[in-house]
Amino acid sequence: MKKQKQDNPFNLLPEEIIFIILDLLNRNSLAIKSFSLVCKSFYAVESKHRCSLKPLRQERFPALLSRYPNITHLDLTLCSRVSDASLSLVSHSCASSLRSIDFSRTRLFSTYGLLGLALNCKNIVEIDLSNATELKDSAMAAVAEAKNLEKLSLARCKSITDMGVGCVAVGCRKLRFICLKWCFGVGDLGIGLLAVKCKHLCFLNLSYLPITNKCLSSISKLQHLEELVLEGCFGIEDDSLAVLKHGCNSLKSLDVSTCQNISHNGLPSLINGALGLRQLTLAHGSPVTSSLADCLRKHSMLQSVKLDGCLVTDDGLKTIGNWCASLRELSLSKCSGVTDEGLSSVVTKHRDLRKLDITCCRKITDASIASITNSCKSLTSLRVESCTLVTREAFVLIGQRCHLLEELDLTDNEVDDKGLNYISRCSELSSLKLGICLNITDEGLIHIGKGCSKLVELDLYRSEEITDSAILAIAQGCPGLEMINIAYCKYITDRSLLSLSKCPQLKMLESRGCSLITSLGLKAVAVGCKELTKLDIKKCHNIDDAGMLPLARFSQNLRQINLSHSSVTDIGLLSLASISCLQNMTILHLKGLTPAGLAAVLLACGGLTKVKLQATFRWLLPLRLVQYLESRGCMFQWKDKVLQEKLDPKSWKLQLEDLMA
Amino acid sequence: MLSDNRIKAPVQDGVVNQLVQASKVQDWDPSAMLDNLSFLEQKIHQLQDLVHLIIGRKGQVLGRPDELVVQQQQLVTADLTSIIVQLISTAGSLLPSGKHTLPAATPSLEQSGQFGGVVFPSAQGPLNDGFQPQNAGGSKVSGLPNSVDISRKNGNEQNHIIEEHELKDEEDVEEGESLIPGTYEILQLEKEEILAPHTHFCTICGKGFKRDANLRMHMRGHGDEYKTPGALAKPNKESGSEPTIIKRYSCPYTGCKRNKDHKKFQPLKTILCVKNHYKRTHCDKSYICSRCNTKKFSVIADLKTHEKHCGKDKWLCSCGTTFSRKDKLFGHIALFQGHTPAIPLEEAKAPAGPSDQGDGNQSTNKVGSMNFNFSSNVSSESEVQSSTDIKGSIDDPAGYFSPLSFDTCNFGGFHEFPRPPFDDSESSLAFLLSGSCNYPQKSED
Repeated sequence: MKKQKQDNPFNLLPEEIIFIILDLLNRNSLAIKSFSLVCKSFYAVESKHRCSLKPLRQERFPALLSRYPNITHLDLTLCSRVSDASLSLVSHSCASSLRSIDFSRTRLFSTYGLLGLALNCKNIVEIDLSNATELKDSAMAAVAEAKNLEKLSLARCKSITDMGVGCVAVGCRKLRFICLKWCFGVGDLGIGLLAVKCKHLCFLNLSYLPITNKCLSSISKLQHLEELVLEGCFGIEDDSLAVLKHGCNSLKSLDVSTCQNISHNGLPSLINGALGLRQLTLAHGSPVTSSLADCLRKHSMLQSVKLDGCLVTDDGLKTIGNWCASLRELSLSKCSGVTDEGLSSVVTKHRDLRKLDITCCRKITDASIASITNSCKSLTSLRVESCTLVTREAFVLIGQRCHLLEELDLTDNEVDDKGLNYISRCSELSSLKLGICLNITDEGLIHIGKGCSKLVELDLYRSEEITDSAILAIAQGCPGLEMINIAYCKYITDRSLLSLSKCPQLKMLESRGCSLITSLGLKAVAVGCKELTKLDIKKCHNIDDAGMLPLARFSQNLRQINLSHSSVTDIGLLSLASISCLQNMTILHLKGLTPAGLAAVLLACGGLTKVKLQATFRWLLPLRLVQYLESRGCMFQWKDKVLQEKLDPKSWKLQLEDLMA
Repeated sequence: MLSDNRIKAPVQDGVVNQLVQASKVQDWDPSAMLDNLSFLEQKIHQLQDLVHLIIGRKGQVLGRPDELVVQQQQLVTADLTSIIVQLISTAGSLLPSGKHTLPAATPSLEQSGQFGGVVFPSAQGPLNDGFQPQNAGGSKVSGLPNSVDISRKNGNEQNHIIEEHELKDEEDVEEGESLIPGTYEILQLEKEEILAPHTHFCTICGKGFKRDANLRMHMRGHGDEYKTPGALAKPNKESGSEPTIIKRYSCPYTGCKRNKDHKKFQPLKTILCVKNHYKRTHCDKSYICSRCNTKKFSVIADLKTHEKHCGKDKWLCSCGTTFSRKDKLFGHIALFQGHTPAIPLEEAKAPAGPSDQGDGNQSTNKVGSMNFNFSSNVSSESEVQSSTDIKGSIDDPAGYFSPLSFDTCNFGGFHEFPRPPFDDSESSLAFLLSGSCNYPQKSED
């Protein structure tokens, strides 16, 4: 016994050092798991070290909570249902250690559980109650007992009113961050009280609330407010904004997107005092004219402006070009009215731009791309989706001049292999989207595979000319690949999947409509990519139960699967029950699926939260069963779409353009 | 209650002294003044004797049956009352008439007038009846000596109400009416006249009417001579051609702002105004709301107005105050530390159980601490705060506010939900209780 201890060098290390080692291992959940399985002492050390927990089901709470005594962050997003009893267990076992808890996708708990939590866990500073649509004001009164709360998210808590928010405002005086998006029951009074009582607020999200100008004056008195989101607050109007003469001085970020009643007349009142403003979002609002842009002329700290979906005039863009700030981020996604002239005047002035989004600016041509690449050499993110007038030559410029690009979206463009060859010079590229780029072939992608070794995300949706050799090059050149979409690339075979199985980080694979791939390829992926969490093999007709068995055995992290139109039957589905994480299942048009088999599958997969099924099964499954599953936390979506004919990409694109015209 | 009077007497004394000093500055008839003062002196001696008597009796009372004691106490109190009323009225007569201005004296007079109203809301016989229920309430709810508690409660309440109704009456007066003194005739009705239910009496049968028109209609029954158009017509219509002197009314209550002797005299416009003003400000509130059993009114119309809205005050604060409007509640909460919106009972019911027990406990504690906060604010002069001091200075809100509001401020009232309504909560109940030991064990049974 003694000898053993001496042999083990870990016994000589102080606990702190082992904790540091564990911190470094933390990125890989499998590594941590293996570590704790080495021996008893490692197991104990790991239990002591772990501070965040993301349990799958509430049934495991007792075991988990007794194993890990030092949990500070509890993420319950994977537990679709957490009862008050379980919550009491949590609040009792992590009494003083717990600092943050996330309920954003959890149901069933009530006021009663929350109150226990708030009273027992004195040190709790963060609660996320988003999507708790059933919670009422009494629950807010319970939350208000958490006196040290600093961060509270109540997005989509539709049943709470001013009274509940008032309770929180009075109870949680240390609140710094609150999100009330879509809390339709909360109005001026609640927000006004919040601003009066919680003096330390620095983040306030009031999106889509029926608030008016009345509460703005108290908000503007908040000394520490840094970020204010007023998206979709239709009640806020220009007319009386003038009351706010000095605005919020501390404001750094303001979002007034979809506030149609705020124009260049009212905007200055909101931002006049905020000379430290760094980020401004005016998306889907009033037209960006020179008078609107002029309001921001003197804000020298401004770094990021988002004007998505606005009508933008040339004059407006020119005025933006004359701002004294040097922008880092500009988003003009889906802005109508953006022309070469306007865009050029902006980019030539703001040469420090890091991120530029010109998605669907359909009027711009090569000239814009030329001036963008000429002026903004330090771009890290460029989105040029669906700029249809830009020719294939222009994409060469991107590769030639913007070497720092990390994110490039060229979806639905004319880019070709030559362009990709140049783009492969961007060695920092981590996300590349080439969906519906019909001109690219293997040749271009082989360049990418050679040049962009840091690629994490690759989208090749409907880039139909791609074959296995392109995927092989990518899989070999980009070992860190996490997401790949090869949907409707009809020449793809099992060989592609075999090469992708060498990417151990792969988390998401979408291969819809790749009819050549079989269970064999899927088996390779299942064995090689242990991290796989999302798999979409819709319309892969050659995949059958033989593919499901290795998946069930090796892909223990799989959460979401789409098996529609495949050849999988009851047996294959039933085997998936061994994947305990599986939550989301889409199983439409499975010929081999019988009602009895489906019932068995649904019962066996205990963690399911969302299932898409054909509407016909609704009447074939026993009503009791459906009710039972729903009470277990599973939601059903009944679809009755008829099978569509297979389309080739060109005619699909033509059809899309017809639709848009 | 008795010791209270003893406390009050020196106060009156002080006021009188002040008055004496102040009045010496002015040149009035000194002999009349002296007479009055010596009368006052005499009365104060009487008062002292009485109080001594009371103290002497206190020792003997112990063994006697309760009824007898109560009767004697009532007698003594009645004596006390009459003396003090005399004192006040004489003190009032020391004052200059309305035309003179006496900046130093009038405020103190006003105070003394209010004191009179405060200590003895009704100077006549039914005084004891008026006092008794409040006394009972006070002794039930508070651990403090009754006397102090009552005086404080009454005092504050009365002050508050005077303010409130003063405002109401100002609404009666046309806005911006600034008649120059002397350009109108001031009439002052006597108290009995004001309080009389009828003002128009039939000379034949003696039946009384509120309105002259009704009397004239009534007169038709007494013979044909009353049926002529002349007899039925409005009596003063004939003099409509010549310019009539504007009539304004004064309140007979000395020291009242509506009294013609007041420095800032504001006349009342009509007899109806006089009646409402006098009842609201200087009379007992004998009409009690049948719904909440809390609100009292002296004018029946006020009661009816209140009853229309009573029970609709659905906006509750943790301190027990109810509001008819949400914005008023939020204004109240914004103003006071520690107050929080109280979630209505129906909603809190669903997740009831031990959670409510804990919370109920806490909120009662809260109420206590709130009171503490308030009493430190008493010295503040702002109007809003002084009006809320009433609530703050009450020692137990449960006694003061309706049982309804007390339940809600308890967040479900833990007596009502000793058990959670659902089954699986048994285990969690145990967790919750063992986790936080600050719940009293009795709440679990």
